[in-house]
Amino acid sequence: MSTAENTLAQHADAAETGHAKADLEQLAQRQLLRLATAGSVDDGKSTLVGRLLHDCKAILADQIAHVQTVTASRGGARGTGGDFDFALLTDGLRAEREQGITIDVAYRYFATDKRSFILADCPGHVQYTRNTVTGASTADVVIILVDARHGVLEQTRRHLAVAGLLRVPHVVLAVNKIDLVGYDQAVFKGITKDVTQLADQLGITDIQAIPVSALIGDNVVDRSPATSWYTGPTLLEFLENASGRSDLSAQPLRFPVQYVIRPQTNDQYRDYRGYTGTVASGTITVGDPVIVLPAGRRTTVAGIDRAIVTPTSTAVAERPSAVAGEAITVRLTDDLDVARGSMIVATQGSPRIRRELSATVCWLSDRPLTVGARVLIKHTTNSAQAVVTEIVGALDLDTLGVIDTTQLALNDIGKVQLKIAAPLAADPYSSNTVTGSFLLIDPHDGSTLSAGMITDHQPASLDEHLEVPVPIGS
Amino acid sequence: MTDVLAPDSLESESMFVFREVAAEFERPVILFSGGKDSIVMLHLARKAFAPGAVPFSLLHVDTGHNFPEVLAYRDATVEALGLRLEVASVEDYLADGRLRERSDGTRNPLQTVPLLDAINTHRFDAVFGGGRRDEERARAKERIFSLRDEFGQWDPRNQRPELWSLYNGKHKPGEHVRVFPLSNWTELDVWNYIARESIELPSIYYAHQRDVFERDGMLLAVGPYSQPRDGETVERRVVRYRTVGDMSCTGAVASTAASPAEVVVEVAASELTERGATRADDRVSEAAMEDRKREGYF
Repeated sequence: MSTAENTLAQHADAAETGHAKADLEQLAQRQLLRLATAGSVDDGKSTLVGRLLHDCKAILADQIAHVQTVTASRGGARGTGGDFDFALLTDGLRAEREQGITIDVAYRYFATDKRSFILADCPGHVQYTRNTVTGASTADVVIILVDARHGVLEQTRRHLAVAGLLRVPHVVLAVNKIDLVGYDQAVFKGITKDVTQLADQLGITDIQAIPVSALIGDNVVDRSPATSWYTGPTLLEFLENASGRSDLSAQPLRFPVQYVIRPQTNDQYRDYRGYTGTVASGTITVGDPVIVLPAGRRTTVAGIDRAIVTPTSTAVAERPSAVAGEAITVRLTDDLDVARGSMIVATQGSPRIRRELSATVCWLSDRPLTVGARVLIKHTTNSAQAVVTEIVGALDLDTLGVIDTTQLALNDIGKVQLKIAAPLAADPYSSNTVTGSFLLIDPHDGSTLSAGMITDHQPASLDEHLEVPVPIGS
Repeated sequence: MTDVLAPDSLESESMFVFREVAAEFERPVILFSGGKDSIVMLHLARKAFAPGAVPFSLLHVDTGHNFPEVLAYRDATVEALGLRLEVASVEDYLADGRLRERSDGTRNPLQTVPLLDAINTHRFDAVFGGGRRDEERARAKERIFSLRDEFGQWDPRNQRPELWSLYNGKHKPGEHVRVFPLSNWTELDVWNYIARESIELPSIYYAHQRDVFERDGMLLAVGPYSQPRDGETVERRVVRYRTVGDMSCTGAVASTAASPAEVVVEVAASELTERGATRADDRVSEAAMEDRKREGYF
């Protein structure tokens, strides 16, 4: 074969053809929306996800053939006797297929002309809070399924609570199996009213109820003629038009330093010292005055670099600014001690430096949490030892109030106080989901014990930490 | 997230993952096969540490049945970028009897043992793989940071929750973490990015003429490791490869796409998944990939 036929120059020429170019441009303009599903066992989550993917034409011929073969070999679709078991599209593990349940979060990808989607398909079954928290922590939209015949269950309350705590921007209440209640508007209205009341109590501001039948396909992608009383969007219409996560670029600058680049051996960059990271919030601009925490040193942004890589060389190009979500490299005018764990922040609205935190935690481990427990905390690019000094209480899912308790068990959502061995630059989760979130980790086996969200809401005071700057060798 | 376009969002997420691993692990390594996913992975690693060098070495598990074009690409890349390459060779294991040839002739499943031995020998504590969740139903369950026990085993029932972008890489001595920076990319995202960044690939990804024969609906190349059986006729056809694994189990597809842009159009319109179209090893059973992953496969 001739490799000359495949030179990149020819590829570039081919890209000029109209059809290819239009398609590339359309692809490049797509935005990403992240969504997660939640619901109780047998609410039909797998069927809904399978239906959504199928009706969006995200399932290809070999996958369809595979599902048809397996469905037939098992004597028909679960619960229906039909010839296509939608749940088989998503249940990927051997045990899931054998037992007809979903064991762990699976990630699915699909796209329409408008958007690309990443869907975290979360089981309602085993260790449900853990899975729902995992899916919801990055989600722009959480879809909570309720079986129209059963209405609100404990898990519905739990999933709503998790969505509220994690401040998921949009919640969709999918009232599923609406066909099994005769497409009765009163049933839909009743469940919507119950859930909306709960959502109000939990501080969920955007909730959209949609009557669906995942099995038949009512109002998932195609509008159902059987629910003429429903005038809202179909599930897909809602997903295509929902806005993304609350705009972190409008918040003050937070830039947690991940890794320091000093390519000493490279002649051109012998004196280069760059701090890499992803802008957590705000905008960073060359010439901006900034503060490096936790030391509290003032300096100025000397440069913002992005990589230029060719088949044989690596260099950087300067750019004027960067916004939340971008992975960049920052240079500073002063030669300060900046390392992983440092945070470069705006001079206005700087975060507090804390050795104590008040937080809400979702406990994800089989071993209960008690006062005095020694844990590791992972917060942005910092890890430190911590001690649980107080368990303030646990969330009562019936009343949505806080009840006294001495320990938190698996799936509990509780309020705790932590004392930390090193100072952390942190914000309340309500104002910044990146600098307000943390993990608690078991120091012995490394397992993840909990998801944490900082709740204390004292106003940020710049003077407070600048009064006690730690002098470090500049 | 509101204004970030999909390709930029995916690129930033992958660069973040590379930097986390560089900062928190002692001996990371990139699995590099010379396939498109590992090439894109290396490109992203170079971006993450520019203008510095990539702070990882490469590891190739060589089945002995690789396409010569791909091995040439691998060696040229290592040379051009001044990287260190370790090769774990299935051929060596067959030669001294530690592994035996399978009856179906495919060597992909045989990679697990040399891979795990190499991880132990070099004491690698983080191993980057180019696996994507859209590839296969067991892979859809994979975390970005995936803890493996001292036997290299994946336990899909006992995975760590993965919250926000706080990746927990803590592990005990003997354990290691598999890291998948391309988890959230699809085949189309990868090709879109290859086009956007003008990333060079081995020539077999683009249309070329090749002698092939049809078996189980796949076009297999005639070569030293795959020969037509009785009743299978050899034809010279214009084909390209969507995945590059072993010559013995990777099928070509009929295609005239000669550029990344043309491949993007083709992939967007394809009626078949990448692995469904061309990988015999995934067809062995309903849970072929899951079973291999449990044993320590990537």
